[in-house]
Formats: sequence, structure tokens, C-alpha cells
Amino acid sequence: MNLKQLFIGTATVTLLAACASTKPVPAPVAPTTASSAAGTSQAAAADSSKTVLDPLKDPNSPLAKRSVYFDFDKSELKDEFKPLVASHSDYLKQHGEQKIVIQGNTDAVGSREYNLGLGQRRAETVKKAMEVLGVNGKQLEAVSFGKEKPRAEGNSDAANAENRRDDIVYQGQ
Amino acid sequence: MLKLQTLVKGLMTLALVLGVVSGARAEMNVEFSVDGSAGRYAIAIVPFKDEAALPTAPTPVVRTDLALSGEFRMVDGSSVANVPFDPTQIDYAKWQAAGAQAIAVGKVVAGAGGQSTISFRLMDVGRKKELTSGQFTVPQERVREVGHTIADMIYQAILGQPGIFNTRIAYVLKQGRSYQLQVANVDGSNLQTILRSREPIMSPAWSPNGRFLAYVSFETHKPVVWVQDLATGSRRAVANFKGSNSAPAWSPDGKRLAVVLTTSGNSQIYLVPAAGGSPRRLTYSDGIDTEPVWAPDGGTLLFVSDRSGGPQVYSVDTEGGTPRRLTWQGSYNVSPRISPDGKSFTYIRKNGGEFRVVIQDIAGGEGRVLSTGYNERPSFAPNGRMVLYASVVGGKSVLYAATQDGGSKVKLAVINGDVQDPAWGPFNNP
Repeated sequence: MNLKQLFIGTATVTLLAACASTKPVPAPVAPTTASSAAGTSQAAAADSSKTVLDPLKDPNSPLAKRSVYFDFDKSELKDEFKPLVASHSDYLKQHGEQKIVIQGNTDAVGSREYNLGLGQRRAETVKKAMEVLGVNGKQLEAVSFGKEKPRAEGNSDAANAENRRDDIVYQGQ
Repeated sequence: MLKLQTLVKGLMTLALVLGVVSGARAEMNVEFSVDGSAGRYAIAIVPFKDEAALPTAPTPVVRTDLALSGEFRMVDGSSVANVPFDPTQIDYAKWQAAGAQAIAVGKVVAGAGGQSTISFRLMDVGRKKELTSGQFTVPQERVREVGHTIADMIYQAILGQPGIFNTRIAYVLKQGRSYQLQVANVDGSNLQTILRSREPIMSPAWSPNGRFLAYVSFETHKPVVWVQDLATGSRRAVANFKGSNSAPAWSPDGKRLAVVLTTSGNSQIYLVPAAGGSPRRLTYSDGIDTEPVWAPDGGTLLFVSDRSGGPQVYSVDTEGGTPRRLTWQGSYNVSPRISPDGKSFTYIRKNGGEFRVVIQDIAGGEGRVLSTGYNERPSFAPNGRMVLYASVVGGKSVLYAATQDGGSKVKLAVINGDVQDPAWGPFNNP
């Protein structure tokens, strides 16, 4: 081995490490299907065999809209999303057994943990708006994905705008 | 096992293949490189007598370790007409002419039952005096560990401070939608996957005894704080309350965790017993309080809060009280970590489009920039002499370990994935 070469400039070591580990690795956690992760903002297609259409599954229902968008660095509910929040609030008041999770998201820039806080603040915005409209808080959980689960990849303005978002997810869907 | 590739434009690539289990299906390419100025202290590590018979020779491990510390410059011994294995064989004049301030020599003696005895002596070239020495009898699979220990002893003998070559780092490897929480030695060896998930994993935090990792996993479709025993793999949720649970940080005595909960309707810092129990709220603000980290004395926490507008670093007594703001430059200062001596802290400061790694005295001052560009989550080496952080280069997240002056940087990258959210572990390596 030529030591002069080794320690002049940049040394790059390529390490081929087998993933087979001698130490125990916990069993993989339950895999999430793509549909349950990506389908949170979309109502499932209506089942035409049913005579009574579940409004949660009706693509033409106002409840089919499940995403609330926010301005850059903001967590205030914009006027254009107040009808959406009102529609879901009405449904939840009529279906006291139904629970939802409001998932807050952020764009991709900055501290992961601080972004988790920002996403939480956005999720809490919708939760509090629903409580003001009379929804029982026990039906609601506000959580954050921060910048960890972007719907749009990258740092473009369009991607960032898409990721500054809450998703409303009905339990059991 | 060591394959030397060609020198191209002053860049040198060394392909070191280790830990390859025959028949292993999964292979991961880790790129590990030392970049930057030559270290201050010139040292020669002569290949030990009969080390070539071992599957892993110890001196390449020692050289790589000392080089990655950024403190040492390796003296090229190939042109010195003296190959000593013992101090009596050292031609000091020749090594002095080659620029060496110290020289390490040693030998390997094969013993019974696959054991090998490795001995070395470190000599001061100018004074011809021994600086340190050691002898280790180990099975062959532990020779790498001995190499790290020898590097630690040389580091200690010359710099008067403990080396970090047997310490570990934790980080999250992201490959598409697949996440792996991994632990590796600082030189990239002994890589273990602690947890695999299809959902995000973030914020690994080492327990002070090096036995447990706390982390945030989204496997239940929300952030929950888990603590996992690295030796057994057993784990449990320590913060799984309604809302989001995140940002775990261990107290120096390992008995408590600071975590962020949202049960009050915003992100606030709570203390929970590591053994399980009720959380006690520590911070009270209308804003986001997050990223807690304990000072070494256990009496103070640093954390991030946007109570005054943008996120800034504050300190607060662990018994409560009014937090004191520590960062005043810029509108976005996040991800603090305190140095092992408790005197300074590193954090990320937004400056225009850059997210810089800064080191600043707790007592005050401007702070100095360690890394420009886009960086995340710095943490100190347990001896305080390097900082580990994630850096996005060419759209890819890699790790850097940099000396405090930024003069030398070691890169850890994975060819087909992002390495993110690093945490440098403690001296304790059970």
C-alpha cells in the first residue's frame, strides 16, 4: 500500500457492509400499503352496487375534499378552506362515533423537529376550527408529519405549496 | 481485503471491503472519505511485523482513524530505508528526516485457538522516548477493535485527550420510501440496522451509557417516541400520547427523557422517566418549543422556541423558570447541542438560503461558522473536538464529521440513499 497516495488529498473508502447483522433486528413493522398512505386525501371510488351512497365514499360529496392548504410560514385557516372544514364538521357532528386524524405537513426546508412543530400547528388550526363549529374534541386528533412525508418531492415553489397542507383522514379508511 | 485504486488529480480512492458475509443478499455501498488540510502532528505508523497474516491488519485501521480525526498527518514510510518493528530497530535520524514527530512500531504473534497478540510502542522521534505502549490478545474478529484502541491511545498520548475511535454514530438511512435506523463505528465499520420501516424514522438520541437509542418512528401513522435496547433489540414506546410525540433527549444520568408532546394543543417540552411514568411539563409558551438537549451537569436544558417570532435557542433550568434566549443573530436558529464541557453549543443558523453549522459560547458571542450550504442536526463528538452533521450535496443527504475549525472533514455517504439525522454516541460502547 502506498501511504503517500493514501494521505495526500482525499481518501475515499468504499465500504461494502452486508446488511446481514449478527445483532438482533426487530421484526419489520407492519408495512403500510401505498393506498393507505397516499389515499388519505382522496375518497375511494363510489361502489355502484350499494343503494345508499356513503358520503365519505362519494367523489361528488363536499367531504371528498380532504386537504387544507396554507400560505408560506403560516398556519392560519384561509377563507377558501372554511367551507371544507364546515362540511366535515357537520358530518362529524352527525356521526358522533366517527373519528378523524388531521395530519399537518410542511415544506422540505429546515429542522425536522421544528417542522414537526409547524405541521402540528397547522393540524391544530383545523382541529380548533372544528371544535369551534361544535365537533367533540374526542373525535379529533391533530398529528404532524412535519417534512417527513411530502406529497410533492423537491424544493420547487409548487412542491412547497403542495406540501404546506393538512390532510383529513377518517378512521377506518 | 484492501484494494488500492488509482490516483486521479490528487484524489485517491481506497476501496475497503469489510464485513462481507458470503451469500449476503443485501449490500450497501458506504462511501467514506477524508477531505481537507493535513493534520498538525506528523506521525509514522509502520506496518506491524506479521500483520499481513491477519484478515484485518491493525495499522491501516490506526492510520485511517488518526487521519479522520483531522489532527494527524501520516508520514510516508515507503521511501524510508528503515522498517522497524521494535524501538531498538528504529533509525531515528531517517524518520526525523522524513518529517515524523512520532513513530509507532509493533508486531503480531499468532497464538493458540485463533488468538493473536498485538503489541505496539509509540516513540517520540526527537527525544527517542516512549510515549505509550500496549499489548492485546484477541481473536481475529476483534483486531479492528484493537486498531481503534491503539489509535485512541496514540491520540491520548499526543493530544492529552481521549480519542473517539471506538465510539459509534446513529443515523437514518432513507432509500426511497424505506427507512433504516443504523448504528456504525465512526470509521463506518460494524454497521448494524436497528430498525427498518416503511414509515419515517427520525431524531435518534443515545442514552449516556450507550446501551439504548431513543428515536421517533411514524410506524403507527403518527410520531411516537420509542426506546430500544441495542443489545437485545427489545423496545417500548416511552411517549405515545394523543397528538405528536417527538424530540427525545436523555438526561446525563440516563433516568429521564425530555420529549415534545402536543397534548396542550401546541408543541411543548415535558420530562418523562426513562423507566416509564407520567410526563411533567417543563415549558409554557403559546409557540413551538422543541429540540431539547441536556447540559452535561443535568441542571439546564437548551431548546428551540418561536415564542418571540422565529425559532431561537433558549436555555431553561430543568426545574422550570424563565428561559433565557441564547441566539440573537438571524431569524432562524435551530437544532442546538451542547459541547461535552458544557461551555459551547452548536446549532443551525439560517443565513439567506443557507443553513449553516455554527459553534457559539454559551456565555455569549457571535459564534463561528463551521459549515456553509444546507446542513442539519449537528452533534459533538464525545471528546468535543469534532462535530457531526448532515449536509445536502447535489440533492443528496450525506454526513460530515468536521474538526472544530472546519479544517478537516470526513464524509459518510451511501451511494443509493440519503444519510440523515445523525447523532454521535457517547464514549460508552458496551
